[in-house]
Amino acid sequence: MADATLQHDSVHGLPGAYEAPLFGAYSKKVGMWLFLASDSLTFGALLFAFSYNRLYTTPWPTPFHAQSIANATVMTACLLSSSLTMVLAVFASQRGDRAWTRNWLLATMVFGTAFIVLHGMEWSKLIGEGLTIPGFPRPASAAAGELADVSKNVPQFPATFFGLTAMHMLHVTIGVIYLGVVAFRKWFLPILGVLWIAGYILIPSDNVFHYGIHALLLGLIISAVILFLKPKDYDAHDVEVSGLYWHFVDLVWMFIFPLVYLMSTKIR
Amino acid sequence: MVAQDAHAHSAPQGFIRKYIFSLDHKVIGIQYFFLALTAVFVGMFLSVLMRIHMIWPAASLPLVGEIKPETYLSLLTMHGTIMVFFVLTTAPQGGFGNYILPIQIGAPDMAFPVLNMLSFWTTFVGFVVILAAFFVTGGAPLHGWTGYPPLSALQSAGPGEGLGADLWITSIAVFCVASLMGALNFITTTLDLRAKGMTLMRLPLTVWSWFITAILGLLAFGVLLSAGILLLLDRNLGTSFYVPLVIVNGQVMGHKGGSPLLWQHLFWFFGHPEVYIAILPGMGVASQILSTFSRKPIFGYKAMVYAMLSIGFFGFMVWGHHMFMSGMSPYSAFAFSILTMCIGVPSAIKTFNWLGTMLKGRIRFHTPMLYAIGFVSLFVSGGLSGPFLAQPVLDIPLHDTYFVVGHFHLIMGVAAIFGIFAATYYWFPKMFGRMMNETWGRVHFFITLAGTYAIFMPMHYLGMAGQTRRYSEFTQVAYQAKLVPLQTFMTYAAIITITAQFIFVINLFWSMFKGPKASDNPWEATTLEWTTTTPPPHDNFGGVTPVVYHGPYEYGVPGAPRDFVMQTDPATVSTH
Repeated sequence: MADATLQHDSVHGLPGAYEAPLFGAYSKKVGMWLFLASDSLTFGALLFAFSYNRLYTTPWPTPFHAQSIANATVMTACLLSSSLTMVLAVFASQRGDRAWTRNWLLATMVFGTAFIVLHGMEWSKLIGEGLTIPGFPRPASAAAGELADVSKNVPQFPATFFGLTAMHMLHVTIGVIYLGVVAFRKWFLPILGVLWIAGYILIPSDNVFHYGIHALLLGLIISAVILFLKPKDYDAHDVEVSGLYWHFVDLVWMFIFPLVYLMSTKIR
Repeated sequence: MVAQDAHAHSAPQGFIRKYIFSLDHKVIGIQYFFLALTAVFVGMFLSVLMRIHMIWPAASLPLVGEIKPETYLSLLTMHGTIMVFFVLTTAPQGGFGNYILPIQIGAPDMAFPVLNMLSFWTTFVGFVVILAAFFVTGGAPLHGWTGYPPLSALQSAGPGEGLGADLWITSIAVFCVASLMGALNFITTTLDLRAKGMTLMRLPLTVWSWFITAILGLLAFGVLLSAGILLLLDRNLGTSFYVPLVIVNGQVMGHKGGSPLLWQHLFWFFGHPEVYIAILPGMGVASQILSTFSRKPIFGYKAMVYAMLSIGFFGFMVWGHHMFMSGMSPYSAFAFSILTMCIGVPSAIKTFNWLGTMLKGRIRFHTPMLYAIGFVSLFVSGGLSGPFLAQPVLDIPLHDTYFVVGHFHLIMGVAAIFGIFAATYYWFPKMFGRMMNETWGRVHFFITLAGTYAIFMPMHYLGMAGQTRRYSEFTQVAYQAKLVPLQTFMTYAAIITITAQFIFVINLFWSMFKGPKASDNPWEATTLEWTTTTPPPHDNFGGVTPVVYHGPYEYGVPGAPRDFVMQTDPATVSTH
């Protein structure tokens, strides 16, 4: 408690002038916890929408094969590993080891990026096989097949699948950018710019990510504004707070993976 | 996440940093206040257009021309949305909460000043976006502030359901984000930045009410955000979350298998706490003012706190009572009904405590006190019809009638507005350094109170007589002909009441520049905002952090030199 009070006062620069903070945490950490509480309700609403649709749509299709599950399992492994490296980054920052903080943050970002890329390939493959919603640009191959039938007969299946996973993918993307800003500050902006342009050029225009990659541009602008407003060196507290966010995003995946993948598997 | 460690910021120089993109919670509070003031006049203008159209459907009005039935529905939608989001949510919480909460707990600013500024400007963008819906092709949406699909989910469902409805949903989503930023700021500030001695049970009830409101906002707006995103997907990417197989104008739409009820669940899970987001700050303000002007401690401080906490808690479990009409299972309806009536208990505790506070007090009838009493009066009148509507068996015949319109306007509309008026008259001296005119304040109060009852009380009779709500024209309908005189009376009452609001605005702006100078503590109140100068300096307390020795409502303490003991007075007299 004394330690928490000390942190608190050093954050506010006014020693001893306040009541001890209620949860013994500094303001940024409390703020992040509150954001996560709210965000869990946002995801909760989406999961409710999924469960609601699933319960009253009978029969709910179970089209995923072993290949999808294997892919999603690798993705899950990436995220779980990233949580481990995040913890190591927080430990490194708390003992003041800047080099290893940055290394572990970089490792976390690499795992996160691997997750996004694998997830994007998975999406593209499913869309190519016919699992689409009407608003997507649709490759010619998507017209027929089992997944195309699922999309036609139970539009709730692709809608909830893409709705939930897109929201989660957005959170992971935000997380990677967030960690990048914490780890590399303004040197991260050109990296982000290069990723955006490369993504836009390399991804074919009939793929949803051709447009989805613009999220990186938005992230670039927001990061630039934040870095302009607060051009400071990020400390152990910032690393810990970014870690909270990262672990939360992992935790959400631990709900999404069983619900939309494992429970939609074709078991023979 | 923009996490700011705050307070380090020194007084800004230059007009833009000082008044427009200011980080100072006081400037942001006043910005919110004027945003809400603009919004309330837009909303009021829309409501008077509706009232005029109801009794003179063919009338051609200056500026707007003749109102068609679909225009009436647009007016209805925009009136509801603007009033609920940009007035009732914005003014008490964003406006007065922002200005007063940090001062009342002894903080130099909010915990995250940059987030605070972003929150205001995001709200502002939301307001501009929703106003833009009036000016696009097809005009404003028709689906009511509740936005029920399939009407709200299909582009072709009506004239305003094209771009107008997209702008409406976007505005709501933007507002959700703004509210989330505001809410986590309020909670963190209250948890972390209380001055020494300001324990939880010494917080003024206003702070408790803003704190609980922020918790409700934090949890409720996240759900509405998701619901809005899914609605946007349904409208623009062809998904079918909310839309079953529907036929519009003989054409089968491309949707299939969705459920409109899903929207109702998600919307009301947000929508019911939203009602308390609107009214709880009013309860806090009423408690503060009733105690101050009765020169008595608030009756049952702890009971008030626990009552507000339980209202907030139960608020999340009763959303189903908005959906009794949806063919809900009677067993669920029974559960929602019981839980709804449970809210009557803390509400009654609060009401009796307010009356108990005034009992045998030496009441000073200044304008804020009149408005606080008006708040209690409207809270009781509007609240008493609540237990009726909580019964599914009564709600089903009454729900689509004017009875419900009267109920929610009295309790969540006008009662909350009275809370805002009370707060304005009470804190105006602190915010602008001058006193408002008492005489015109009283004139404004009595016209508004009488006008409010004249408009909304008859609605209960109309509802019991079976007049349906949302219909734009009923003057030519034979079985409703006998009700038209009552509607005409309500329209005249509305025009008079709305005209009287200009007294308030003129009083506000005149007093801002010409009113008599206010002292530091004109109401002889006890809380921290009255210990600092008027208006407060940039860091609220001129570089020192106050130390608190007393509870917030120490009036008439035996042995004290004055009839009130301020929270920072030295601990010579024993109090709470």
